[in-house]
Amino acid sequence: MIPAQTVAEKLLSRKAGTPLEAGEIAVCAVDLAVAHDGNRPQSIDILRELGGGGPWDPARVILVIDHAPTQPNLAAAAIHDGMRRFAREYGVEVLGPGEGVCHQIIPERGYASPGDLVLGTDSHTCTYGALNALGTGVGSSDLAAVFLTGTLWLKVPESIYVDLTGRFRPGVYAKDAILALASRLGADGATYAALEFHGDALAGLSVAGRMTMANMAVELGAKAGIFPCDEVLERWLAERRAAHPTAPVTPATPASAVSPDAGARYIDRLQLDLASLEPQVACPHNVDNVRPISDVVGTPIKEAVIGTCTNGRLEDLAVAAGVLAGRHIHPDVRLFVTPASRAIYLAALRAGIIEILLEAGAIINQPGCSACTGGSHVGVPSDGENVVTTANRNFKGRLGNPEANLFLASPATVAASALEGRIADCRQYMEVGASA
Amino acid sequence: MNTLGRAHRFGDDINTDYIISAKAKESRVNIADMVPYLMEDIRPGFASSLSPGDVIVAGRNFGCGSSREAAPAVIKGAGVGGVLAASFARIFYRNAANVGLPLLEFDTSAIPDGATIHVDFSTGVVRDTSTGRIWQAKPLPKFMLEICHEGGLVNYLKKHGRFVL
Repeated sequence: MIPAQTVAEKLLSRKAGTPLEAGEIAVCAVDLAVAHDGNRPQSIDILRELGGGGPWDPARVILVIDHAPTQPNLAAAAIHDGMRRFAREYGVEVLGPGEGVCHQIIPERGYASPGDLVLGTDSHTCTYGALNALGTGVGSSDLAAVFLTGTLWLKVPESIYVDLTGRFRPGVYAKDAILALASRLGADGATYAALEFHGDALAGLSVAGRMTMANMAVELGAKAGIFPCDEVLERWLAERRAAHPTAPVTPATPASAVSPDAGARYIDRLQLDLASLEPQVACPHNVDNVRPISDVVGTPIKEAVIGTCTNGRLEDLAVAAGVLAGRHIHPDVRLFVTPASRAIYLAALRAGIIEILLEAGAIINQPGCSACTGGSHVGVPSDGENVVTTANRNFKGRLGNPEANLFLASPATVAASALEGRIADCRQYMEVGASA
Repeated sequence: MNTLGRAHRFGDDINTDYIISAKAKESRVNIADMVPYLMEDIRPGFASSLSPGDVIVAGRNFGCGSSREAAPAVIKGAGVGGVLAASFARIFYRNAANVGLPLLEFDTSAIPDGATIHVDFSTGVVRDTSTGRIWQAKPLPKFMLEICHEGGLVNYLKKHGRFVL
């Protein structure tokens, strides 16, 4: 008899074609393989070294130019050129530059579905967990092996059950919830494990918010962070499919959704009451160095960043615009805003959000990873400067200067801080009763 | 797989941005050109202080953060014979084996900085050559050790054509 399974155990069992338990190693069939322009070496070059010709299934491979969409130097230009040549030669789709961050545009276009195994050469591939898929990051060689064989060996992770309860109070968002969880578990608290999110809070947690949380699962060391396939997700998927009926990777059927069995075994169970949270800030130089906003209010900042694969979605820009509307950022602050995709940029433009941001003094960048790593060459801070950002990492030097300090927070907190030139509590800019 | 060299101690949570920054990586195409920038943001000049066979000795969660395979590739390219740490982040752990950089996971806290150590990655035995002190670690799982031993995943797949568990 097959023992009761967690989502990760069940999903990987399907892909391996044999029942698996946590701790077992198996060769799994991959549904979608994603590579971007930030990788050195590139998986496509390793595939060539392997004498592999084209990938096993060109429709299941997507190349994304998102790390350096401004083509800032010769190295980026050469990498981009190589990606386009490979795509042309083997009939693979290449997206960008300018289309957006891979973890936004792939779900947005309906290329990933519940029950999928998605592997990408980016640690934030765990974002696809918001879609009830198992997404995880791998290196270039591993992905080249996927290109060659359509498979990869994987260890079935243990799982941690996270029970999300209650509703956010005004001014508190999914970013605050995942930062609070990082504080509790630590930067290696979920190493090798899958976070499995459940609870009555999910009915009020948007897919965008789930993507923010799943995105940062890796910052706790996790292999994946997976949400269930519920009505909220099904509605979102139906909208995506209606907008992109020709997605090359056939959407899975509702039957592909994965839920855990009663009696499945978890190595830990946590409860997080969203209603108990106040805005959170991760202080330099570790993601788990988290403080409640009240501890850090007043810290001077010179740069503010809204965007990245963590918080560049339409509702993030809308929240920021809500704070910034009719106001102007502090004269000593640069505010960089990057929509996570072209579709989001357009929607924000049509909704008047971009106009509000521009009038408030923001600098709008082209869709992509933007001011998240120094590799993008956007928003590099100068020595001694503090930066407050919606990104997922605040490592020393992450933005290209080891002498700068990075603070991680929600789009509302970043917007409020940009107004004041110091870390600020966004709740004073919220209308009474307003909530997202 | 053995190495003999000087131990270079690092602390906990050494992320892949520290190992090789995005700034250094994405301004270049080839791993060899990135080697001088190994650990640049936290220990400038580190690459030039290394001799072939030296060992990185670290605390918990070594290699956390980005999935960049350039991280273990640059460590290997700098001549480092392997990494010993209290624990590794999972993507780095895979990537290291895939580029042929051997690892051992155990309590490294008693290894002195600068000690000359001999490491046998196949058996997991680490020996301080001046004091004779020995540590016994659990080697990499057999399957990963094989990939590492072949020099990395490319050589492994050239030989086997697929994954053989």
